[in-house]
Amino acid sequence: MATAKDFRGNPKGLPATKGRSFKVRPNAVFVATGVLALLVLLPIAAVLSSLFDTSGGSLGHLAATILPELVLNTLGLVLMVGLGTAIVGTGTAWLVSACRFPGSRFLQWMLLLPLAMPAYIIGYAYTDFLVFAGPLQTGLRDIFGWTRNDYWFPDIHSLWGVSLMLVLVLYPYVFFLARTAFQEQSRGLLDVARTLGRSPWNVFGTVALPMARPAIAAGVALALMEAIADFGTVQYFGVQTFTTAIYRTWFGMGDRVGAAQLSSALLAFVFLLVAMEHWSRSRQAYYDTSARALKPQPVSLRGWRAVFAFAACAIPILLGFVLPVLILLELHSDGGDGFLGTRLMVYAGNSFLLAGGAAVVVTGCAILTGYCLRRSSGGLSAGLVRFSTMGYAIPGTIIAVGVLIPLGAFDNWLDGLMRNWSGISTGLVLSGSVVALLYAYTVRFLAVANSAIETGFKRIPVHIDDVARTLGRTRRGVIAMVHLPLLRRSVLMSAAIVFVDVLKELPATLIVRPFNFDTLAVRVYQLASDERLSEAATGSLVIVAIGLVPIFLLTRFADRQSEQISASPVIKIPQ
Amino acid sequence: MSVVNSVLNRRHFVLAATGSAVGMLAAPSILRAAGEINLYSSRHYDTDEALYANFTKETGIAINRIEAKADQLIERMKAEGANSPADVFISVDAGRIERANTENLLQPIQSDVLSSRIPAYLRHSDCSWFGFSKRARILVIAKDRMDPKDAPSYEALAGEAMEGKVLIRSSSNIYNQSLMGSIIAAHGADEAARWATGLVANFARSPKGGDRDQIKAVAAGEGDVGVVNSYYLGKMMKSGKEDQRQAADKVTLVFPNQADRGTHVNISGGGVARHAKNKDGAIKFLEYLASDQAQEYFAAGNVEYPVVKGVPLASPLDTFGEFKEDTLDAQKFASLNAQGVQIMDKAGWK
Repeated sequence: MATAKDFRGNPKGLPATKGRSFKVRPNAVFVATGVLALLVLLPIAAVLSSLFDTSGGSLGHLAATILPELVLNTLGLVLMVGLGTAIVGTGTAWLVSACRFPGSRFLQWMLLLPLAMPAYIIGYAYTDFLVFAGPLQTGLRDIFGWTRNDYWFPDIHSLWGVSLMLVLVLYPYVFFLARTAFQEQSRGLLDVARTLGRSPWNVFGTVALPMARPAIAAGVALALMEAIADFGTVQYFGVQTFTTAIYRTWFGMGDRVGAAQLSSALLAFVFLLVAMEHWSRSRQAYYDTSARALKPQPVSLRGWRAVFAFAACAIPILLGFVLPVLILLELHSDGGDGFLGTRLMVYAGNSFLLAGGAAVVVTGCAILTGYCLRRSSGGLSAGLVRFSTMGYAIPGTIIAVGVLIPLGAFDNWLDGLMRNWSGISTGLVLSGSVVALLYAYTVRFLAVANSAIETGFKRIPVHIDDVARTLGRTRRGVIAMVHLPLLRRSVLMSAAIVFVDVLKELPATLIVRPFNFDTLAVRVYQLASDERLSEAATGSLVIVAIGLVPIFLLTRFADRQSEQISASPVIKIPQ
Repeated sequence: MSVVNSVLNRRHFVLAATGSAVGMLAAPSILRAAGEINLYSSRHYDTDEALYANFTKETGIAINRIEAKADQLIERMKAEGANSPADVFISVDAGRIERANTENLLQPIQSDVLSSRIPAYLRHSDCSWFGFSKRARILVIAKDRMDPKDAPSYEALAGEAMEGKVLIRSSSNIYNQSLMGSIIAAHGADEAARWATGLVANFARSPKGGDRDQIKAVAAGEGDVGVVNSYYLGKMMKSGKEDQRQAADKVTLVFPNQADRGTHVNISGGGVARHAKNKDGAIKFLEYLASDQAQEYFAAGNVEYPVVKGVPLASPLDTFGEFKEDTLDAQKFASLNAQGVQIMDKAGWK
């Protein structure tokens, strides 16, 4: 039933993307989405439920000692990673989509490469290269005859060092989303601005950038959540953040309540961050009704401008991919993993299986939640989905423990039930299975998939749904015949990013996995915790190499499709 | 509509296929042969594989493993409850195995072999866990810049003479937490807090990296004395890599506190899980770990000290020489772990 409320958000009766044009009524989609969101929230709730325990609570101790420093460090990390990824990601995306310069087409896909590089691995690589005892400083001392007090060298093991590492591997999130947004902006608007006398830079600042802002914000939000949840890199670099404090409180002091208190503070902070961003653009909406017939005409750069553009795009690739890979190759050639060619193949197979499975499952879930958000962005289910994606900012170990608790409880409940009923013990059914792992990955990475799919849904004008419905398609028909074909690119993107993320993921895989089930990331962890970095380099390189496959597919497919779109005068609705 | 149907059918097929594949992968714990034990271990050394293979060859009992950090394995065992498939839990330090015990995840066992072969201070008083190998927390000092006499003890590291010279890793590290526990046990909490503050004031740089990194940093001249586990130095000495051997060659090993209580020694320990389904197999495995063959292997494979007296030491452990060890009950310093972390926080030891 349409009520007056349904029209309030849409006073001019224009086709709006806010999505009140469907009747809001509970049905299978909302129920399924609600259940999914609750399942995703369950592990977080399991961890936070410790808040209500009466024992423990070392927050007083923390407040008196390390809390001020870790709050400052976390804020510093958020600020630097946020600004860094926004500037690098948006800047490079604008250059490759609005300008043509030597190598720009090539750089366009090269800029995604750092996505395949796990943060902890880039951290190991640079540490080995840049520390006091590393080859660079040793070389300098040998050449100039210095000792430790004779010179100053930036300390990579610091807040700026860890921020730099995270920016280098996380900017591709922003880059990809921003590039897609820039490429889909119609030439019409940009041309109008130019005709009205605006300079190219001015057009970027006043037209292109504001229109791409939702995409940039989504990318930065992902990068920030990943940075906040990072444990491996900050720990190795000796920078204390909220995440390290949670570990320390829980595992070092055995204080679960204190850890839950810190986790909830972290969650509140992330929620605030996301809400602020959302609110700041809540009264803005950008509609581009001119279709995508006219693609922006790239500006050809020459001379020093071309050199500058090339350098601006090449530096992130050099630092975020080429240099660390070279360092890893050098380390690998110094010994390498003895398992190469034998068991490493099995580990690679396991990694591939998990990453592929998770890509399918998590993307599937995201299509469901994305569709639900399209149908109603204000309902209960939609609210639950929004909240459940905050889990991306919770450190992986905490999520993993949170996954173990409800699964263990379920298994033991089922076992008790079966014993009473039939006298047969079922033991653990889900705990320690691949299903448990896929569940953990869904909890951890739904946010990533969701942001890709939701962005995709937003690009499909709502009136297309109405047209298809008018033409007699069922809702299901609209999904199958309109949404999915138009979402192809987003689905591929979501699957590719989840694949790469799961490939790199460590803590959940380590804790939740079945017996005798090793993956590449686990192998790298084992060698690294034995401080055998040159052996660990081999597995790291294999992780990077496998991660390149979906990135390559993604760029090939994305480029081909964007050409198709530009070639066709209007969006085709498949018949 | 037929197109829609075929799309949906294809999707159903994919879903069904995925579902059944997942079903096959799920629930491996139900299908357990009798001649197996399940190991939850935080040891992560490739060299242990020969150890496990030998056990299977001798007893016919196969070993299934999950390796992760002790804290995480403890959480997993807690969540799995009475149906946990774990038979044996193994940690790489006393603090964590004692935590597993206080969380009620281990059970006391009766084994004359273990009680007679493993010294009392290296096992729990009610036999719910046992130490199987030892690692000494030693000092490595720069050969060309420091006299071993200047670094006689852990206490000396907090003295004024050591300003700007000390290299040690983060206080999050369990070996440092256990060391801190042993200092509290020796001097009491107040004196231990003063020691920690003095030590932090002497840091050559804020704590970072692992134990090998401290050795490399001493060799490179970033500081003059590092605190590390004995086996890391041993592994660097026998490393296949030139730079690791060179770094190890530039430092001298010092066993601290030889004039008083002895060098702090941590253990890698194991116990039988509270809900072990194959308790007999689990005890057999622990007894095997205390056998001469396995004990020799700890030394030869991972450069750890055996806990059983009279077991010969392989190179390079035999070159380290005899030393006096702190025979403080592992159970004691393990229980002081959390207090140690608080003291380190207050001292500003990152």
